Amino acid sequence: MKKQDIVREEVTIRFAGDSGDGMQLTGSLFTNTTALEGNDLRTLPEFPAEIRAPAGTVPGVSSFQLHFGSKEILTPGDVCDVLVAMNSAALKANLAMLKSGGTIIANTAGFDRKNLNLAKYGDDENPLEDGTLDGYQVHKLDITKLTKESLSDMGLGYKEEERSKNMFVLGLLYWMYNRPMDSTISFLNSKFSKKPEIAEANIKVLKAGYHFGETAEIFTTRYTIKEAALKPGEYRNITGNDATVLGLVASANKSQLPLFFGSYPITPASDVLHGLSKYKNFGIITFQAEDEIAAVTSAIGASFGGALGVTSSSGPGIALKGEALGLAVMLELPLVVLNVQRAGPSTGMPTKTEQADLMQAVYGRNGESPMAVLAPRSPADCFNMAYEASRIALEHMIPVMILSDGYLANGSEPWNFPLSSDLADISVDFEKPRADDAEAFMPYRRNENLVRSWAIPGTKGIEHRVGGLEKEDLTGNVSYDPENHQKMVLLRRQKRDNIADFIPEQELDQGNEKGKALVLGWGSTYGSIRTAVGEMLKEGYEVAHAHLNYIQPFPKNLGAMMMNYDQVIVPEINDGQLVRLIRSEFNIPARGIHKIKGRPFGVNELIESIKEIMNGKEEVYA
Amino acid sequence: MEALKTPTKINTFLSDTATTDRELDYSSKDFSSDQDVRWCPGCGDYTILKQVQNVMPDIGVPRENIVFISGIGCAARFPYYMETFGVHSIHGRAPAMATGLKVTRPDLSVWVISGDGDSLSIGGNHFAHMLRRNVNLNFLLFNNQIYGLTKGQYSPTTPEGTTTKSSPFGSIDHPFNPLTFSLGADGSFVARAMDRDPKHLQQMLKRAHEHQGTSMLEIYQNCIVFNDGAFELFTDKKSRPRETIYLEQDKPMIFGKDNDKGIRLDGLKPEVVELGDNWSEDDLWIHDEKDSTKAFLLSKFFEHATGENGIKFPRPFGVLYAVDRPRYDEEVIRQVNHAAMSNGSPDLDSLLRGKETWTVE
Ligand SMILES: Cc1ncc(C[n+]2csc(CCOP(=O)(O)OP(=O)(O)O)c2C)c(N)n1
Ligand code: SF4
Repeated sequence: MKKQDIVREEVTIRFAGDSGDGMQLTGSLFTNTTALEGNDLRTLPEFPAEIRAPAGTVPGVSSFQLHFGSKEILTPGDVCDVLVAMNSAALKANLAMLKSGGTIIANTAGFDRKNLNLAKYGDDENPLEDGTLDGYQVHKLDITKLTKESLSDMGLGYKEEERSKNMFVLGLLYWMYNRPMDSTISFLNSKFSKKPEIAEANIKVLKAGYHFGETAEIFTTRYTIKEAALKPGEYRNITGNDATVLGLVASANKSQLPLFFGSYPITPASDVLHGLSKYKNFGIITFQAEDEIAAVTSAIGASFGGALGVTSSSGPGIALKGEALGLAVMLELPLVVLNVQRAGPSTGMPTKTEQADLMQAVYGRNGESPMAVLAPRSPADCFNMAYEASRIALEHMIPVMILSDGYLANGSEPWNFPLSSDLADISVDFEKPRADDAEAFMPYRRNENLVRSWAIPGTKGIEHRVGGLEKEDLTGNVSYDPENHQKMVLLRRQKRDNIADFIPEQELDQGNEKGKALVLGWGSTYGSIRTAVGEMLKEGYEVAHAHLNYIQPFPKNLGAMMMNYDQVIVPEINDGQLVRLIRSEFNIPARGIHKIKGRPFGVNELIESIKEIMNGKEEVYA
Repeated sequence: MEALKTPTKINTFLSDTATTDRELDYSSKDFSSDQDVRWCPGCGDYTILKQVQNVMPDIGVPRENIVFISGIGCAARFPYYMETFGVHSIHGRAPAMATGLKVTRPDLSVWVISGDGDSLSIGGNHFAHMLRRNVNLNFLLFNNQIYGLTKGQYSPTTPEGTTTKSSPFGSIDHPFNPLTFSLGADGSFVARAMDRDPKHLQQMLKRAHEHQGTSMLEIYQNCIVFNDGAFELFTDKKSRPRETIYLEQDKPMIFGKDNDKGIRLDGLKPEVVELGDNWSEDDLWIHDEKDSTKAFLLSKFFEHATGENGIKFPRPFGVLYAVDRPRYDEEVIRQVNHAAMSNGSPDLDSLLRGKETWTVE
């Protein structure tokens, strides 16, 4: 039978199965290969918060969505073209994500009576048989059996055979989308270098899946997705957390400081601890502390000694760090604080994304306690923001918080990585020793940017004491003088605000410099907003998009930029936090679009919401 | 002390500006800062400060290499009065802060000052973890069995039944025994001293400094305002001989007004005996700082009744336990340096590049 090859501009695939089916791995391997093929892409891994929800049930479903194409891809896709469902629960949980007419690849072994019941389908229901899936293209395959057959001559145990069925799916999709298998094969060889028979089995199954696509009569179409017209250069694929790790290593390397990373595990930030602990040869010290308070205070201790102190967590842990962050503000020491936000309050939804810690970052400490706040806009941008946060912390002697989130942390994209020589310099000087007869050292004397000097122990003649009690200007001695307190509060705020002179001015991402509406976003909503505004521009709407990386302080020209539009619209994955800051700091009636579902914005819902606001609605809950 | 082998600005800066070869000729005055000391007149903190300033010239460390870190409480004001580097941090967190400093700067002599509330209440967690890790620092626990700075609430070392501002009907909290706690957390150096015995306190401070690992020195400190006389049995001239015993390595356990009493071990059961007809020095327990089981027994000379008629065991002062075991800060640097040697010099560009890349023309 002749098979046809169709060229597509973009495709979204969703791999879904039980948590034990290896769908995250399947998705990331497909992603890596796709990246190496030169497509642009975004991913959205979604997994259950329970360590192990009962196998076969809907709460146990884990999925990985990948959107790739030959055009600019900025979101993981609102809906998918292909849904891989390894069992009936996976189908149930994800069918709503499949567009009408889309393709389903269903593992029939996961649709037996037992699985159907676990997925809470009724006794006479089976979506594969009862017409539920009319209107989709359904491929029913017994993937479990096909996998076992391809391994029949290897004499492996039941478990081992069963476990490699995800490779069959991967092979089949590699065939469907014309992808090479080499990168996955070499991955498997190195992952199982100590168990060569497992590597061999996985590779066998992978190839079996590929050849099944080629020979089976059921698949008549293959798809080709050409390389994306990305900016020329060398690329790799990277997730947000990995990019953060590299940004921190790079800043330590460029500033020639040891980096001390104090952290306590929490989803979705833990991968940064895992990542950094591998790079000891870069002089990176990782400290798995007993809790978040020890994590941050140990980092402050390291900063006091002249290292770049870094700490990471997610919202609940950042709450615990609050008091110590105030200490870092008082001590005026460099500190980088990474908050990989998750949905809250309290323990919230640990594996879901949200942008609801902005107020916590800006205001969430006792007293007047100004910190700098930055937010990456995409997985690869986590590198830039980690680097920038370190640069600002070191050059301005201030704690800097980075607001990443679960979506950025686990999502990935192609990254045109920089050369180390392209990275901005980070200038660090320590206070010099003093002779016995020199005038007394003033720990809180400031330079023209109001930054005090970094005076590290071991330096003769500058012995001094610092602490969390209010400081007397210049001497740093404890002071309860009312005039002095007011002066110091204003100095610390002004020092933070002066950072605006050392960050880029706000640029417009898309649209005209004047118009009806400016859509102002921050953080991980970048891809959805850019895509949405792009489509509205094509439709002829007078909208523009600006996206903030620097939130405290704001870029100097932001106020003036907003004045050029009739309306400022602020979409956020929260109940309205940046929009409140904008209203209060600039005294303009900005309008908010809020989505609080633990998921990123879909492009279409965003377009609808922006239109509603442009038509006069005050705010929209998407 | 091993430093980070990877070239860092700190190493370069310190070796460029080092003045370590100079003769150190300090007097205790050189360690007192220009700040007025503001504890209540008669507070035990004064004598402790004085003894610390007295031993500093003897430890042979340049002043700029000494750091005092404290939490919050009356005791925690201590760093302000020392002419060294210092941080007055936040309540209970000094052990964590000191850990971060010490692992990045093993060249420094780091001293932590804490109160009983600071270290055993709000900071109990960090205190325990510092001990189990065995970070090489000196931890001075000023125990006054009360919250001083917040004006007289019971603390985690206050004996049951004590009436305080927050326990008008008597405290029903069972107290911590700081030494048992420290031994339980595998502290490698556990000792006790008191403000009213300056000579002995000085010896203990020196021992703490010499010990490689976390040196936990509990110091009984009289809070004259909220808990005056809490340790009077041990400090008062009359009761002291029968209520205290000073521990010395390899020496028999003798105490009493005329050195007439001793402690004997019946298996693992300690017993107070009268020296003379039945028992001689040769029958007594010989103190061995390296014996953790016996250190634990000694730490338990605490819950037994003391006082007029109920006296059973004297309270031990001195080093209960001191052993060498791996130090956390040293292990951290060893791993980093090992990685630096075996993985070759770090190449940022190849790290950024990663394993798999592609080129867009
Ligand atoms: C987070 C926090 N909680 C409570 C306090 C109030 N506080 C200050 S000192 C202290 C107790 C100090 O007692 P202790 O450690 O025994 O020291 P002392 O004052 O007796 O020397 C308390 C509860 C604080 N400063 N910070
Ligand atoms: S309250 Fe007690 S501990 Fe505090 S300074 Fe006064 S006497 Fe000393």
